[in-house]
Amino acid sequence: MMEDISSHIMDIAMNSVSAGAQRIRVAVEKDPRTAMLSLTITDDGVGMDQETLQKVQDPFFSTKTGRKVGLGIPLLKGTAETTGGSFEMTSAKGAGTTIRATFDCRHPDLPPLGKIRDTFLVLVVSHPEVDFDLRYSVDGRSFELDTEELKRELDGVPVNHPEVISFLGKYLDEHL
Amino acid sequence: MNLEELKKIREKAQKDVELRQKQARVRIVVGMGTSGIAAGARDVLKTFVEEVGKRNLSDVVVTQTGEKGLASQEPMVEVFEEDKPVVVYGNMDSEKAKRVVVEHVVNGHPVSEFAI
Repeated sequence: MMEDISSHIMDIAMNSVSAGAQRIRVAVEKDPRTAMLSLTITDDGVGMDQETLQKVQDPFFSTKTGRKVGLGIPLLKGTAETTGGSFEMTSAKGAGTTIRATFDCRHPDLPPLGKIRDTFLVLVVSHPEVDFDLRYSVDGRSFELDTEELKRELDGVPVNHPEVISFLGKYLDEHL
Repeated sequence: MNLEELKKIREKAQKDVELRQKQARVRIVVGMGTSGIAAGARDVLKTFVEEVGKRNLSDVVVTQTGEKGLASQEPMVEVFEEDKPVVVYGNMDSEKAKRVVVEHVVNGHPVSEFAI
């Protein structure tokens, strides 16, 4: 079981990295009117055909196949569906993958959001070769970071340089 | 984003970028498959990353990989040093990660009690 939503994000984004994504977009948004939280993760990785797309959502199939994608997708799907939300996954071979999950924030079993800040930080600095477009807008706090822009400003200094790590940590603390 | 601050970082860091482009002295790899994350691997990874930042360890690279196949001992971490055998640590947490940074990565003595 994942402890919180931020751990789910970490896990799903790792699938995107494994799928060879160059660019991964993560958006966490809460609609103040409906109290629905939505999580969208979009990548430009290798994608999958329709048969595989069905299989990766099935926890019972997955354990028998030794495939690359773990149990993380059925876990997220389970969390979304048991807390009054929804789960949708779209993909096509060569065309990337999008996962969108929603959660009802009023549901008593909804796990906490957890440390989104830590998930964002470790994603960006432990995969300097991947670009992340990170968006967060929950309860009046909002944040946007596109590492493509950041890297342009850094002009050759890698995002996992100690100085940049410290800068990003502080930046995330201020905005999340 | 504070561009002034970024510019300062860029100027300061550009000096040792060339150094890093050769092989890093130490590579720390944290297992971040689903079971690793469920066991707390993200905190471990975050601690390594932030220690590298805090201690300005510009010759150390922290990265992550998928399942390590030993789910019972997760979170798992591998430390690769130039010309030395790899050290694998199991059942890691944030405090243990700090000790690995000080004792192994900085001072060169693997922490045998955490090794598997």
